[in-house]
Amino acid sequence: MADQAPALDSSFQVDTLIAEDIDAYLDQHQHKSLLRFITCGSVDDGKSTLIGRLLYDSKMIFEDQLSALESDSVKHGTQGEEIDFALLVDGLAAEREQGITIDVAYRFFTTEKRKFIVADTPGHEQYTRNMVTGASTADLAVILVDARKGVLEQTRRHSYITHLLGIKHLVLAVNKMDLVDYDQTRFDEIVADYAKFAEQIGIDSFAAIPISGFKGDNITTAPSAKTPWYDGPSLIHHLETVELANTAAQERAFRMPVQWVNRPNLDFRGFTGLIASGTIKPGDPVRIVPAGKTSTVKEIVTFDGNLDEAVAGQSITLTLADEVDCSRGDVIAAAGDPPEASDQFESTIVWMNETALKPGRAYWLKIGSQMVSATIAEPKYEICINRFEHLAAKTLELNSIGVAELRTDRAITFESYDQSRALGGFILIDKFTNATVGAGMLHFSLRRAQNVHWQPTTISRDDHAGLKNQRPRVLWFTGLSGSGKSTIANEVEKRLALMNRHTFLLDGDNVRHGLNKDLGFTEADRIENIRRIGEVAKLMTDAGLIVLTAFISPFRAERRMVREMLPDGEFIEIFVDTPLEVAEQRDVKGLYKKARDGELKNFTGIDSPYEEPENAEIRVNTVEMTVEEAADHIIQQIMPLK
Amino acid sequence: MRSLTHLERLEAESIHIFREVVAEAEKPVMLYSVGKDSSVMLHLARKAFYPAPPPFPMLHVASGWDFQALLDHRDKTVKEYDLELIVAENEDAEEQGINPFDTGSALYSQAQLTDPLKAALTKYGFDAAFGGGRRDEEKARAKERVFSFRTASHRWDPKNQRPELWNLYNAKKADDESIRVFPISNWTELDIWQYIALEKIDIVPLYMSQKRPTVERDGMLLVVDDDRFRLEDGEEPVERSVRFRTLGCYPLTGATESNATDMNLIIQEMLLATGSERQGRAIDKGQSASMEDKKQEGYF
Repeated sequence: MADQAPALDSSFQVDTLIAEDIDAYLDQHQHKSLLRFITCGSVDDGKSTLIGRLLYDSKMIFEDQLSALESDSVKHGTQGEEIDFALLVDGLAAEREQGITIDVAYRFFTTEKRKFIVADTPGHEQYTRNMVTGASTADLAVILVDARKGVLEQTRRHSYITHLLGIKHLVLAVNKMDLVDYDQTRFDEIVADYAKFAEQIGIDSFAAIPISGFKGDNITTAPSAKTPWYDGPSLIHHLETVELANTAAQERAFRMPVQWVNRPNLDFRGFTGLIASGTIKPGDPVRIVPAGKTSTVKEIVTFDGNLDEAVAGQSITLTLADEVDCSRGDVIAAAGDPPEASDQFESTIVWMNETALKPGRAYWLKIGSQMVSATIAEPKYEICINRFEHLAAKTLELNSIGVAELRTDRAITFESYDQSRALGGFILIDKFTNATVGAGMLHFSLRRAQNVHWQPTTISRDDHAGLKNQRPRVLWFTGLSGSGKSTIANEVEKRLALMNRHTFLLDGDNVRHGLNKDLGFTEADRIENIRRIGEVAKLMTDAGLIVLTAFISPFRAERRMVREMLPDGEFIEIFVDTPLEVAEQRDVKGLYKKARDGELKNFTGIDSPYEEPENAEIRVNTVEMTVEEAADHIIQQIMPLK
Repeated sequence: MRSLTHLERLEAESIHIFREVVAEAEKPVMLYSVGKDSSVMLHLARKAFYPAPPPFPMLHVASGWDFQALLDHRDKTVKEYDLELIVAENEDAEEQGINPFDTGSALYSQAQLTDPLKAALTKYGFDAAFGGGRRDEEKARAKERVFSFRTASHRWDPKNQRPELWNLYNAKKADDESIRVFPISNWTELDIWQYIALEKIDIVPLYMSQKRPTVERDGMLLVVDDDRFRLEDGEEPVERSVRFRTLGCYPLTGATESNATDMNLIIQEMLLATGSERQGRAIDKGQSASMEDKKQEGYF
């Protein structure tokens, strides 16, 4: 600590150029590339000091802030008379406390060669959610290690997450070298230790740099006089020269998710999007996926004139030589090397919401410009990111990471995440709260999905219905146990039969004796129960039948899931509205008594919730109506039948 | 193999954001303050939808005390690019006795800016509004999302903001909610200026130095933009070469003495500025706040 910190004048030497030749400075700045990186580590590792120094060295800190910093350093600093850069970033952190739960701060600085966007994530609480968010857009990660402490559990955790998110460039910054007397042996020890661990989790390569964020060693120039034994680049030099992900992406096959179709007039039809990978030229053959139609690129249209070539990372508008169907959600790809489409995947999922994942429940899944409905199976395992063990898991809680199978309601165009962030990374959205509840990475399509193709049938759904002289529908009765669903559904079916209609009644108890006898009454099992019934009902409507179902189906999400399986207007939700007291009083099967006595667990209305329909097509009140009246009412409501 | 410059990448990202919103929102609008950030946003929007014009209107909240040059620039721009303009203003301000000289800054900005904005958003039923906020503007914005969610009453609920991963934005919302979208979140002030210079974007001449009639008051240089300006005893407008770094209501916005008459000189001045708050914002510390900061509170 006796040493003086290096002089505080900038090593980037930008200000002379600004003052003397602004044109030259701007010309230089104009040609800079952009690197996004994430810093991982806690305040103890010197992360704030390092970021503070990077901002300071690139003149992102102004005189008034600096003088405040100088006086604060004397008052509160931990560095004696010297400037404590950590106070800068930490002070800002206090300012930022606004009760925001997700906490990734983005900071900006620039050197002579590059502009940088740093995702700064706190190392403490919510680290998984924050780090995953910050890492998702980063090309590089700086993993900070305190030279005195070496590789810790959190070093491994941070490295694992950056690796999981596909960051190809890792920097192990062994910080606070000044506190171990710039000892090469100590540095080598830490690097060897880290290399062993990195290999275990599949990290191919990393750069290790001995630094002192506080003293400034090997930050902007290397080697520092204190580390003559170090022959690598300075941290800044490394950041300035590492290959950019979007440049690397140009070498892969062309893919552009279509965001929006531009049709200003009948003569122009342009497909807009951000190129995810590859390059494109007028005349290049392309394929529209998933449909598979091919065409060639006519023009690459931009505001600044048509381009001869466009590359990954650019937002463009393409016109095609042929009139082909193409809309938002489709991917325009190299004709000879298109991506696959599938509807079943293995994926790694990071859960980001306080409400845990519900296996079997339908969520919105957004990937590229595609938005589909998706259900996630019970996780195969959860990953303990401290010890990299696989744990058995029924669900995923906030900040947990797991591997699970995932199924979408229609085929989506994808690439594995390690090939393409743009076509392999997805977010999950709760259909009711609209919150982003999870994020994930597709690994591969499950073989089943690849090999099971839709069997085209000659006799169509409409033919089936036409033969029966009726419009297929699902009359979905929902309500508490003992509310009268089955009784009323029976009565409705009788009337339909008298009208020569082809029907089928699916009853809760009966289905549980056969198709669903492997399911219990936990929330997850109930969801699966309804999903299967929905699929069966859907097949029956394909056969032209009017299907009546009588299930408690307590959750809105699952009723909605079935609604979304069917064509518009074919799902009729019928709420059999019987107050709990009345149903319990009737207690036809004696179940309420058992539930009250604690003999039956997860009983709807007692210790498991019933979510009333908000917009049921039909509602019958069994206190005011007789069974016959209710059935008549329903028949009236569903007329005409064809 | 072609390495994109940082401005090309920022441009591509902003265009992507504009298109996502237009694809997913029902009725978007752009908040157009006519300032430099708005001018860049408009330019990006024109690029995103070319050859079509931006498929949404511009909403300008006029306080009634805007610089005349700003209004002229607005009208010229709207005409030149064939844009739809909606002007929101508090038409009862005079009746209510609200003006920048007598009214306290909080009430003034509420009555002249925030309320008219909210009223316009509700009246037209806009569900997504593009704004020019940047993460580098102030430290508090460093973790603002690109898509920021508002309740039916246009309030920001900090607990209810969503994580943003990759370039996947979640625009799902309830019918009565709306989104503020910041397409230039990742641009810095230098990027904005440099882009204006490179793309030759037409901006309000007030950013350029010129001889203007000024009075010095409370350490600020105010420009006497029209005869509604109340001169105090002994005040006599003096011609000075001044320019503005931020544009607000003219009686509240401080000018800086400068000889920067072209873009590169402006950028040079900006880069060599030594105060983090930068003169234009220094006035915020006093009674009167600049329009741009009021927008932070009221709009964003």
